Amino acid sequence: MSMIEFHDVEKYYGNKFHALKDINLTIDRGEVVTIIGPSGSGKSTLLRTINGLEKITSGQLIVNNMDLADKKTDMNRTRRDVGMVFQHFNLYANKTVLDNITLGPRLVLKQDKAQAEKKARDLLAMVGLADKEKSFPSMLSGGQKQRVAIARSLAMDPKAILFDEPTSALDPEMIGDVLQVMKKIAEQGMTMVVVTHEMGFARQVGNRIIFMDDGKILEDSTDVNDFFSNPKEARAKEFISKINNHMEG
Amino acid sequence: MFDILTNNWGLLSTGWGYTIMCSVLALIGSCVLGTLFALMEISPYKWVATIGRVYVEVVRNIPLLVITMVFYLVIPKYVVAINGFTAGTIGLTIYTSAFIAETVRAGIEAIAKGQMEGARSVGLTYSQAMTQIVFPQAIKIIIPPLGNQFINLVKNSSVLAFTSGFDLMYQGKIIASTTLDTFSSYLAVGLLYLVLTLPLSYLMRYLEKRWQTA
Repeated sequence: MSMIEFHDVEKYYGNKFHALKDINLTIDRGEVVTIIGPSGSGKSTLLRTINGLEKITSGQLIVNNMDLADKKTDMNRTRRDVGMVFQHFNLYANKTVLDNITLGPRLVLKQDKAQAEKKARDLLAMVGLADKEKSFPSMLSGGQKQRVAIARSLAMDPKAILFDEPTSALDPEMIGDVLQVMKKIAEQGMTMVVVTHEMGFARQVGNRIIFMDDGKILEDSTDVNDFFSNPKEARAKEFISKINNHMEG
Repeated sequence: MFDILTNNWGLLSTGWGYTIMCSVLALIGSCVLGTLFALMEISPYKWVATIGRVYVEVVRNIPLLVITMVFYLVIPKYVVAINGFTAGTIGLTIYTSAFIAETVRAGIEAIAKGQMEGARSVGLTYSQAMTQIVFPQAIKIIIPPLGNQFINLVKNSSVLAFTSGFDLMYQGKIIASTTLDTFSSYLAVGLLYLVLTLPLSYLMRYLEKRWQTA
């Protein structure tokens, strides 16, 4: 069953910049899709259209059976079911870790305090931060913040989670912890769309890979290892060879 | 000097009372109006933002005295009869609201866009995100410049002297012309303004410290 469907989607910023070009893409429930590509290729824009942080210019975008281009669609209802994890965490600076996680469930899902806090504590334990519930975000490391952000998004019981370069702002030694948590979520069957530069994650956890360049989807493969060893498009070949060189160098 | 204070205490205390009343009313009014127009300025709807922008730019670029005179002379003549105190207080409210709008807008915009996106991404509405996440953080940034606006407002209430608003400055003018001791008269008036503005100044400093640590 499909979770996200793009049909002939175009996105312009202003009149000039053509950010997404003729996007056709269907993501099924339970898929873990990684999106890779050079900077400015439209990966983040594509991701942000899925929960309406960016509006599409034309075409059709259906998320969780709701048509996002339709003015009657309640975006808040859509966002409730589609979580998002940001590169810069975007934790609420004025709230404790626990309140960061419970705010959505209490205000949006109308859960009572005890119920929301119990769930939040379970999630904090799951991401390995049970002792941080009273901390403010400013007291946490980047890796800890990102794990709280993941817990915050899980607290809404979403049907899918979008990850926008979740490890790009982290120190190298913090990345592993965050990827471990993401792997755990993937194993529980969550639909995930992950914009990342972590090729290891794409290979080990992802079951589908999309390569974007210049606003277009150039490759879309469910055989992730095959994509890395035999990329078909010239741009993808070049991109992968550059990453590999970087790794060896 | 003290003679002026004691001999004219009746007039001065009446004036003081009007000044305080005008200041409190204008402070509340301009905070409400200012916040409203700040929210309009940052509205995602272009036409709403334009209305907010135009209001702020027009109002803050006209002298306070001119705005006040509009309410004192023009409105009573063509629209509805209002007395000098009301006209002056409305003028002061409108004038100050434009500056408060700019202060509030700048404070909200200083809070990273990511805070709003983080809140919206879990399904909070725009107003929930504003009241729960953005505004509580913005208030810490807004408080110090807002203090300046409040102090200016109290001093600017002296515009009531031009609209027969019975305020401190108005009474000071009367005392000066009857006693002919202009120096002492205005010194007394100045002192009474200080008694209002200095505590306000300290209160804002106290709030600033309190909010900073919270």
